[in-house]
Amino acid sequence: MATFSEYIAQNEERDGVRFSWNVWPSSRLEATRMVVPVASLLTPLKERTDLPPIQYEPVLCSRATCRAVLNPLCQVDYRAKLWACNFCYQRNQFPPSYAGISEVNQPAELLPHFSTIEYVVQRGPQMPLVFLYLVDTCMEDEDLQALKESLQMSLSLLPPTALVGLITFGRMVQVHELGCEGISKSYVFRGTKDLNAKQLQEMLGLTKSSGAQGRGPQTPQQPLSNRFLQPVQKIDMNLTDLLSELQRDPWPVTQGKRPLRSLGVAMSIAVGLLECTFSNTGARIMTFIGGPATQGPGMVVGDELKTPIRSWHDIEKDNAKFMKKATKHFEALANRASTNGHIIDIYACALDQTGLLEMKCCPNYTGGYMVMADSFNTSLFKQTFQRVFTKDVQGSFKMAFAATLEVKTSREIKVCGAIGPCVSLSTKGPCVSENEIGTGGTCQWKICGLDPSTTLALYFEVVNQHNAPIPQGGRGAIQFVTQYQHSSGQRRIRVTTTARNWADAQTQIQTIAASFDQEAAAILMARLAVYRAETEEGPDVLRWLDRQLIRLFMFHLRRSPFLQVFNNSPDESSYYRHHFNRQDLTQALIMIQPVLYAYSFNGPPEPVLLDSSSILPDRILLMDTFFQIVIYHGETVAQWRKAGYQDMPEYENFKHLLQAPVDDAQELLHTRFPMPRYIDTEHGGSQARFLLSKVNPSQTHNNMYAWGQESGAPILTDDVSLQVFMDHLKKLAVSSAA
Amino acid sequence: MNVNQHTPMASPYGQPQPGYGQPNYAPLDGGYPASYAPYNGPASAYQPGVPPQGSARGPPTSAPPPVSAPQQYNQYSHSPADMQNGPPPMTQAPPRPAGSQPYGLGGGQPSYPQHYAPPPTMQQVTNQMGGMQLTSGPPTPAGLGYAPPHSSQPPISTSYQSAPQPSFTQAPPPASSAPTQPPPPNAPAASQQYYRGPPPPPQPPFNSALPPTSQQQFLSSAPPPPSQQTFPPSFSSSIPPPSCAPAPPVSQSQQPFSTPQPHFSSAPPPVSQPGFPSGPPPPAQGSFPPQPTPSSSQPGSVPPPGPPPTSVTSGQYPTPIQHQQQPPDSQPSPYHSGPPPPRFQMPPTVNHLPPGPQSPPGPQGPLQQPPSPQTGYPPQQNGAFGQTRSPQAGYPGPYPVQPNYGAPAPAPAPAAPAQKRLDPDAIPSPIQVIEDDKAKTNEPFVTGVRGQAPPLVTTSFHVRDQGNASPRFVRCTAYNMPCTADMAKQSQVPLAAVIKPLATLPPDENPPYMVDHGEGGPIRCNRCKAYMCPYMQFIEGGRRFQCSFCNCVTDVPPHYFQHLDHTGKRVDCYDRPELSLGSYEFLATVDYCKNNKLPQPPAFIFLIDVSYNAVKSGMVSIVCHELKSLLDHLPRENPEVDSVVRVGFVTYNKVLHFYNVKASLAQPQMLVVSDVSDMFVPLLDGFLVNVNESRQVIESLLDQIPEMFADTRETETVFGPVIQAGLEALKAADCAGKLFVFHTSLPIAEAPGKLKNREDKKLIGTDKEKSLFQPQVGFYNNLAKECVAQGCCVDLFLFPNQYVDVATLGVVPVSTGGSVYKYTYFQAQTDQERFLNDLRRDLQKHVGFDAVMRVRTSTGIRATDFFGSFYMSNTTDVELAGLDCDKAITVEFKHDDKLSEETGALMQCAVLYTSCSGQRRLRIHNMAVNCCSQLADLYRNCETDTIINYFSKYAFRGVLSNPTKAVRDTLVNQCAQILACYRKNCASPSSAGQLILPECMKLLPVYLNCVLKSDVLLPGADVSLDDRAYLKQLISCMDVADTHVFFYPRLLPVMKLESGSLPVAVRNSEERLSKGGVYLMETGLHLFLWVGASVQQELLLNLFGTPSFSQIDSSMINLPVLDNPFSQRLREIIDSFRAQRSRYMKLVVVKQEDRTELIFRHFLVEDKSASGGASYVDFLCHMHKEIRQLLS
Repeated sequence: MATFSEYIAQNEERDGVRFSWNVWPSSRLEATRMVVPVASLLTPLKERTDLPPIQYEPVLCSRATCRAVLNPLCQVDYRAKLWACNFCYQRNQFPPSYAGISEVNQPAELLPHFSTIEYVVQRGPQMPLVFLYLVDTCMEDEDLQALKESLQMSLSLLPPTALVGLITFGRMVQVHELGCEGISKSYVFRGTKDLNAKQLQEMLGLTKSSGAQGRGPQTPQQPLSNRFLQPVQKIDMNLTDLLSELQRDPWPVTQGKRPLRSLGVAMSIAVGLLECTFSNTGARIMTFIGGPATQGPGMVVGDELKTPIRSWHDIEKDNAKFMKKATKHFEALANRASTNGHIIDIYACALDQTGLLEMKCCPNYTGGYMVMADSFNTSLFKQTFQRVFTKDVQGSFKMAFAATLEVKTSREIKVCGAIGPCVSLSTKGPCVSENEIGTGGTCQWKICGLDPSTTLALYFEVVNQHNAPIPQGGRGAIQFVTQYQHSSGQRRIRVTTTARNWADAQTQIQTIAASFDQEAAAILMARLAVYRAETEEGPDVLRWLDRQLIRLFMFHLRRSPFLQVFNNSPDESSYYRHHFNRQDLTQALIMIQPVLYAYSFNGPPEPVLLDSSSILPDRILLMDTFFQIVIYHGETVAQWRKAGYQDMPEYENFKHLLQAPVDDAQELLHTRFPMPRYIDTEHGGSQARFLLSKVNPSQTHNNMYAWGQESGAPILTDDVSLQVFMDHLKKLAVSSAA
Repeated sequence: MNVNQHTPMASPYGQPQPGYGQPNYAPLDGGYPASYAPYNGPASAYQPGVPPQGSARGPPTSAPPPVSAPQQYNQYSHSPADMQNGPPPMTQAPPRPAGSQPYGLGGGQPSYPQHYAPPPTMQQVTNQMGGMQLTSGPPTPAGLGYAPPHSSQPPISTSYQSAPQPSFTQAPPPASSAPTQPPPPNAPAASQQYYRGPPPPPQPPFNSALPPTSQQQFLSSAPPPPSQQTFPPSFSSSIPPPSCAPAPPVSQSQQPFSTPQPHFSSAPPPVSQPGFPSGPPPPAQGSFPPQPTPSSSQPGSVPPPGPPPTSVTSGQYPTPIQHQQQPPDSQPSPYHSGPPPPRFQMPPTVNHLPPGPQSPPGPQGPLQQPPSPQTGYPPQQNGAFGQTRSPQAGYPGPYPVQPNYGAPAPAPAPAAPAQKRLDPDAIPSPIQVIEDDKAKTNEPFVTGVRGQAPPLVTTSFHVRDQGNASPRFVRCTAYNMPCTADMAKQSQVPLAAVIKPLATLPPDENPPYMVDHGEGGPIRCNRCKAYMCPYMQFIEGGRRFQCSFCNCVTDVPPHYFQHLDHTGKRVDCYDRPELSLGSYEFLATVDYCKNNKLPQPPAFIFLIDVSYNAVKSGMVSIVCHELKSLLDHLPRENPEVDSVVRVGFVTYNKVLHFYNVKASLAQPQMLVVSDVSDMFVPLLDGFLVNVNESRQVIESLLDQIPEMFADTRETETVFGPVIQAGLEALKAADCAGKLFVFHTSLPIAEAPGKLKNREDKKLIGTDKEKSLFQPQVGFYNNLAKECVAQGCCVDLFLFPNQYVDVATLGVVPVSTGGSVYKYTYFQAQTDQERFLNDLRRDLQKHVGFDAVMRVRTSTGIRATDFFGSFYMSNTTDVELAGLDCDKAITVEFKHDDKLSEETGALMQCAVLYTSCSGQRRLRIHNMAVNCCSQLADLYRNCETDTIINYFSKYAFRGVLSNPTKAVRDTLVNQCAQILACYRKNCASPSSAGQLILPECMKLLPVYLNCVLKSDVLLPGADVSLDDRAYLKQLISCMDVADTHVFFYPRLLPVMKLESGSLPVAVRNSEERLSKGGVYLMETGLHLFLWVGASVQQELLLNLFGTPSFSQIDSSMINLPVLDNPFSQRLREIIDSFRAQRSRYMKLVVVKQEDRTELIFRHFLVEDKSASGGASYVDFLCHMHKEIRQLLS
């Protein structure tokens, strides 16, 4: 551990944790002065192929308010078979099963390199995975066909025991009964009337079966399936047929109207169905929509085409009459779903907005996916969807369900809150700070859907008073306990215990400064900014951000779609923010500051500045913004390509040059979720805007003659360039000091 | 004793009788005398003429009858009086008359009693009774009325005959009473005065108010139709004869009555008697010029034929009277019993007859023959009525009276001779009327003549449309409408028309022609919007036409212009149905369509209950199985083309299951809607499909439905949401259509329209009873409204095992022009056939959708009330979501101004509807009737069957808002008023004790009694509330033929069958059943085969294939198919009956003395019913009493 950066990398590798500060200022006052709070990015299920799950359960601190898990940082008295909790200092007896413990015979959880360890809970039934497809039928036949194929394909990817269900909706909502012979049955609901779980239960005739469960001896078996949710192996064929017979919503759509789409009720029914049958069992509601909800609760726009869907402009003018109600509806659903541990995914494929702004809380609260594409008949959707079902080496899905994350801290530090795809469980405890950042006021969060890249930002507060110094060499510890349902149906608990040194800011400011993790801090601040942007008015957030520590990075953040809504629809903003809030650090960085590579005959591919000066005629540029991958052919290259040189054997090198960025892009495409939009464009092409909007406008129509002699492409924008921004910033910094 | 008393009375009666009729009339008599004389002459003349008249129904019924009746009465009274005078001497005779008079008794008793009381000395009651009887004697008039029934001719003759005879017969007895004679003189004088000069004055002279009334009647009657005509003028005019002819009957009856009247006469009668006495019949006649008409009628009077029966009755009656009078006679009981009484009665009749004949000869040579019969008639009738009445007097008590009858028996003594002839048929016999009408109708009925009553519904006839709608489409209660509201109010005859707009015509009659007036749509009056019809007057060379409804002048569109011929008719008049026919159709333009859009073809939606009960009873599988083949028979207009009607399927219990049967599907899809609180249709495409395109899917569905629900345990059902579902489906498809709902149980599941069991027998008979007929919740009313707006007609098939609240469930079907079918305790085995036949017929029948009916009338009257299965959102438009060929609408008219005799009254019924092929059309029925300023004309051109249709609908609707008792009373009152008005204004003067019935209404009492006794108005203990509600709804849309057979079932003796003709029916009374006979009864809903206990083995063998009575399986639902002519023919008859009715009638074999006989007896409507309904005879007495009260 030579340098902090190595240390950081190692910690991240082992625990999936990155702190903004890796040495903590030892008092509240000093911490506050640091501006960037002590905070961490946590990837709870970071893939650890070297981490064998332990087949027993964790040993817990006996103090009721602590319940911390035995970990390598605990002091252990092997003689007395006692261990001291490093959070509350409670001395605990080892359980009888640890009778053979000794210095040489330590359980795994005491080994220092198992600071992250995973237990398998043996108790309780194996819970099935539940996948409930919620399919919009108001779409073009072509789209629907593609969607049907994707869904049918997905059936083959599901484990045979997984339960599946199908709800389709258009003007009405249909809950399909599975496994019926002959006539296919479905329960139909009006798309304009919301139903609570109890009503739904009665209407679906599920009440009696639950009564039967009560008296039957097979109680545990009963809930495993019902008429609407059945094991894939049993109804595979049936469901395939059912899907293939799906018709486009038959209700006539007159010209000038949108089809009536009862998304709100459909989702409500899906949530309700799972709520009354598989509460607290991992389940995914996979919602596929081809347009906005246009009727019933949750509608985001009327069916008149002449009324466009709300824009940011409308929202600012308070002119989006459905937004608040719809948001409330979906929020309520999101809360119900998360309470029951169910995930809501949204796959929205439409050219227009679909109401993601209103629905965002559904995936955001439940850890579901949000995917936005133009059509179900695009590889973007198809491959993204397929990637949902990727499996790890053991053949398990790379997804986890119904997780709870608990944070335990040393006395000197408390947790303020979390930002990420989680909801509060409102668990008060000694380590909960009164100061809330993000979702706070609790030390436990529910994360209904997790995958290995899901990353939460956790914010802490140093509460140690200035006049009560921490002894030299003291360390602050934080334990993250994540209980979740593995895709195999097991319940598992992953425990990560980490500690950092305290340092007196007065004397060890250098150390502290050196321990600053710039990238992590940037992301943490960005999340905070985005969180605020979501909850507060846009300009205020920018001003707030400006007041904070600013570096180059922040220039891009300011311009990013996460904070800047100009040129983005509300849906797009929601979409970007959603992913920003759940992706890990690397991806998040890319989102804020896209990566730009240049390919030319002048040398090997090289990363270049995200600046208009990088746009040269003889270059091919590859930009990765996370959401888009843009290949940009410079003017000359484009002409060459048009002339067909690449097809001439004597210009094979040109062919290779053209191929290189494509290959690199494919690599990115294959690994990323959701799959980015792949754009192949050239100088002057309409799609070139994706690139031009990202680069630093060092050359614009305003100053091109001042800078003119240099190569590069002018950007037609009124945005300030980095140069101007920095100049301004310097001025500001001076004046603000005063 | 009574007799004695009576005798005394009688004598007076005898005399009085004439007097009665006359007494009051006395003055009249006076007048009559003159007429009489002429009459004689005319009479003879008439006789010849009469017959023809008799043949032609029109004439008889027409003014003549009533008027003539009165006249006759007058005449009779006169002549009879004279005659009677003769009779009076026969003290005994009089009593009988009195007995026969029972009619009078009923009514008269009260008044009589007093008179009598003194003389009788008998117990007051008895006296009264006697009085009643006596009065009833007068009722003979009823008999008179009857007489007419027999045949127009007979009546006349009878009248004469009777008049004479009775008078004679009775006369003898009365004769004894000198007083009578004396009165005559006075009377004559008075009467004469009356007639000639100031009628009124004479009246005053007359003692009783009655007389005056009678006088008035006379006067009025006289003036009106026949009477006037018959009277002097009539005499002179040839016309009178015919009219007279008919009239005679009445008169005859009256005469007979008159004889009985003597009682009355006792008081006032004398006067009349005097007349009589003056010159026994002949002389009287001779003396009375006015009488001529009567006489004429009398002469013409086929009297002989008619009379006999009457005489018989009279005989009976007399006895009854005697009974009353002569309680002593034990015989009464026999009286009750059909046969025995007759005999006893016979004697009296005999007496009469004998005397009659004798006397007749004496008095009226020519008439004599008729007289005898006539005499018989009057007396009998009188007697019968009287007797019954006397019993009836106590309506409830009527029976007790019967004993009296027994008593009367003694009286019979005199009658003894006639006994053989005696027959309960004395009172007006529906069978006789029906048969007469049949016999009379042998030419096609031509509709062009205004004011002409068509043949009865029981008669099969051919119709030729010449400008008025066929009676198959429109029947009126009165074909001569009173000119003024006052007249209408006075007569109380309902002015109504029963319209069956889409009635099916027999194959030999053309359905209405289709007229297309092009893009502009049908040509209509600018102001009242009446459609072009034969009544429109073209003026100004054809450039304009004047509306005959509102007189507005409208320009003729250029494309419709046509020149007029010299008579002012358009040259193309006969080329255009709308200018020459009573019924035709217009092709409607888009302006006549909802939302200005041509309609879509209609759709049929089948909604099948699949709850436990439905599955278990087998209903579900039967329906599903049947539908598979039935779907090939959806209604279509061109048999060559596939029906365009689309179909949809829904099953339901507590939730609804819709089915997607789109042709492209391999398997049907079921869509469950469990949100019943807010019903909607879950699918559009694939729900309503063309049968041929989706055949495979549909068959697959129908195969699977029974299986799918075979194991259901769901017992709760919903109902409101089911209809809502169908409605929404039609809305979504933007078409009209029909829902077929197959439902089993009270909808108790939580849903809109949920019901609770509210059957509470304790409420029956209380003021709260009406609430049981009202819908339990308002939900269905609103739903019905919505259905109508969409053109969604609902047919409901019920399969209840317990109370289902038909009153509430039926709201929607009834408001939407649908039908309710009910199969209580449905069992697949026994009820399947009935259900399936009903279903088939209901599905296939000609039907129109989304209809609006508007009845326009000429100025002076307007349609004020409508009865039937429909909905009205305003006061003029009858909205029918569905209108099929079996549905009739009864429309009531009221005056709002005076009508003119010249123009008559016009009505035009326009029905705008969507045909089953989706074409928008207008069907127009035009009807013109005469207007009359004389009540007699009104009474002469009425149709009792139609009146009963109106009354039943009116009453059955009344139970919704009034206690049933009040409803019944109202009916009785109105009926009494109608008859009283006739009596007062049209009938010839006769004693108040006479029951005088207009020829056209002589069956009114018997039919009305049937209405009163119906399960709706007078439920037996075993009649469920559902049954009553069901019947109530059923009646509401029945046409005249339906109500006729429903209220007076057809009872055929089938011991001997001939191919090609049906045996003549017998009356609905147990007396008519012979132990050795087999009878087939048809009620329109049920079909019974009653088998007597001692039927010959051979018959049983032919019929059932078993020689033993005890081996007949009474649970059989069809006769065994045996290869013998008898069995074949009977089955043929049964099949033909079934084919005639809109609902399939299940055959029930009733063995005499078997349990099921109770049910059967319920339909013997002339008998006293188990639920307390009066027998015909009792009721007649009661009616007479009511009339008398009104007259006094």
